[in-house]
Amino acid sequence: MTVQAIDKKSEAETALAGAFEAMKGKGAAALRQASWEFFARKGLPTRRVEAWHYTDLRAALRSVAPLGAPGTVAVPAAADGRVRLVVADGAFRPDLSDVAALPAGVELSSLADALAKDDSAVLTALGLPENAGADAVVALNAALMQDGVVLRIAPATEVAKTIEILLLSSGDAARSAFTRSLVVVGDGAKAKIVETSVALAPAGVQENHVLAFSIGAGAEVEHIADIGPQSEAAIRLFSLMVTAQTKASFKSLGFVEGGGLVRRQIFARLAGEQASLSLDGVALLGGKDHADTTLVVEHAAPHCQSRERFRSVLDGQSTGVFQGKVVVRPGAQKTDGSMQSRALLLSENATMNNKPELEIFADDVVCGHGATCGRLDADQLFYLEARGLPKREAEALLIEGFAGEIVDAVSEEATRESYFARIRSWLGRREDGK
Amino acid sequence: MIEIKNLHVSIGERKILDGLNLTVKDGEVAAIMGPNGTGKSTLSYVISGREGYDVTEGEVLLDGENILGLEPHERAAKGVFLAFQYPVEIPGVATMTFLKAAVNAQRRSRGEEELQTPDFMKMVREASSKLGINMDMLKRPLNVGFSGGEKKRMDILQMSLLEPKFGILDETDSGLDIDALRIVSEGVNALRSPSRGFLVITHYQRLLDYIKPDTVHVMAKGKIQKTGGPELALELEKSGYRDYVGEAA
Repeated sequence: MTVQAIDKKSEAETALAGAFEAMKGKGAAALRQASWEFFARKGLPTRRVEAWHYTDLRAALRSVAPLGAPGTVAVPAAADGRVRLVVADGAFRPDLSDVAALPAGVELSSLADALAKDDSAVLTALGLPENAGADAVVALNAALMQDGVVLRIAPATEVAKTIEILLLSSGDAARSAFTRSLVVVGDGAKAKIVETSVALAPAGVQENHVLAFSIGAGAEVEHIADIGPQSEAAIRLFSLMVTAQTKASFKSLGFVEGGGLVRRQIFARLAGEQASLSLDGVALLGGKDHADTTLVVEHAAPHCQSRERFRSVLDGQSTGVFQGKVVVRPGAQKTDGSMQSRALLLSENATMNNKPELEIFADDVVCGHGATCGRLDADQLFYLEARGLPKREAEALLIEGFAGEIVDAVSEEATRESYFARIRSWLGRREDGK
Repeated sequence: MIEIKNLHVSIGERKILDGLNLTVKDGEVAAIMGPNGTGKSTLSYVISGREGYDVTEGEVLLDGENILGLEPHERAAKGVFLAFQYPVEIPGVATMTFLKAAVNAQRRSRGEEELQTPDFMKMVREASSKLGINMDMLKRPLNVGFSGGEKKRMDILQMSLLEPKFGILDETDSGLDIDALRIVSEGVNALRSPSRGFLVITHYQRLLDYIKPDTVHVMAKGKIQKTGGPELALELEKSGYRDYVGEAA
């Protein structure tokens, strides 16, 4: 009886099979087919899958929203000096994007075009990094991918302007979207890439986004994943894949502002010697938000450095998840890794699941990890109150400080300040009891 | 003027203050000396309003008004200032941001207009230079990585910016070397004024060489056991607290 229950496809899985039939003819037939077969074998991840233990997607995704045609969108104003590429409701929209403003040395195509042409370079690059290969959600994305952007940055190009991939939801319907974007950064190039998830109106969307970076030797990439508020009914899955070659550097900030179920998964591979990786994250959660960050950092070459610093602020009945695994492959000597996840619980009903892990198969490495969950510190609170700050203001200052320590590392001042403003605005909404 | 009348305080089942009476007039520096565990820090926390202490009897009057029902920030706005024995480190909060928030919160609470940044900066620059505090230090997170002396100086800087009516120095000398002690004491002395009272809590006579008290009170077993002038502190340095602890045992 139990066996039958496991083998039986859920309503959502059956609906996804229908969606796959519809996407079959849209290029990359072999990759789609293989990915679908993989997904069909695995099914939607449940608690029994270790990497999804705290986010039971099969239980959360009861029915599948239609892929549907994109809605009408009015694009919000861009931050100064950014080149914006708009992917709305799963479709790249050159008409809404600053295509003409792309600097020299940056080549753009839409993923749909590249797939339709069976662009072999793109297809090769889409081949999954080893450590993401076992993930059903990434496979599902490969089977159903609709569109996205493909950026190729020529070697030694220094892209001064930040390129923003705006993942926009029109909010006129609860629809599904499967996007996949690819950024190939040539040797010695420098770029700043921001992916932003924005809902023009809250809707119970089901989104599955993949962003893959292939970073050449000596190249430097700064990245921000900015996941804005969404409806309580929304399910948004973001997979970030990074491969860094010799002396490449990747610095990333994830800023998650709740909104239903958010899962960030990061699969990073330090493939060349002396590559460095820095993954930072802030999650501000309230209400019934559920935000999961699950990451695997793989040290596959010697003399690489990785840093992960994650902070979660949890109010209301929210749930936070951090699962971090640092894997040091045999031969990856002189690895320097450090991972930290800290959570601040503001409510009795909030829950944090913190699980850092190390898997070390080399003997000459320095790796550390730490995880904490706690409430606001009574001594700090009293100190501020004794100086004249009302309790709520004192709390807000401490919370801002807690999250702000991470945001403080953002190099561009205007961007950094905008995140401080977002923290304050979240605190303001908390104050209003929202 | 602060008047503490028949103050009884417990933490849970344990009685800490047992009918304490003490008056500190405006312009007066009163020292409280006493052995460990006698309730000196409790007294400073109860006056400033920390949670977790049960006041079962008595009152604390600031210029005639009982402040025991007020929140800590309301007491601060009315002029109560506690210089902490161990100032707390607050990562992620820049010292300058904190100072401005504190000054303006108190001004708002008193119905005064908030200070604008240029005026505030001018005020901080002047007060900092008197205490030998480098402005770069104010960009750092509050007290994080500061030495013991720097933390105490930061507390005194806050006191000079907030201009309280009544300042409590809770074992300000702990963790200070002689040079730091001198700087901090000079800071406190500069703030002495006919309209401001101080309560200096200490174990040792040494601090009182730098901050000269008008009155000295010996505290033991939850109440004031003896009151005198500065000579009482010298006497205690010789004879210790034996007489007060042993009594009524």
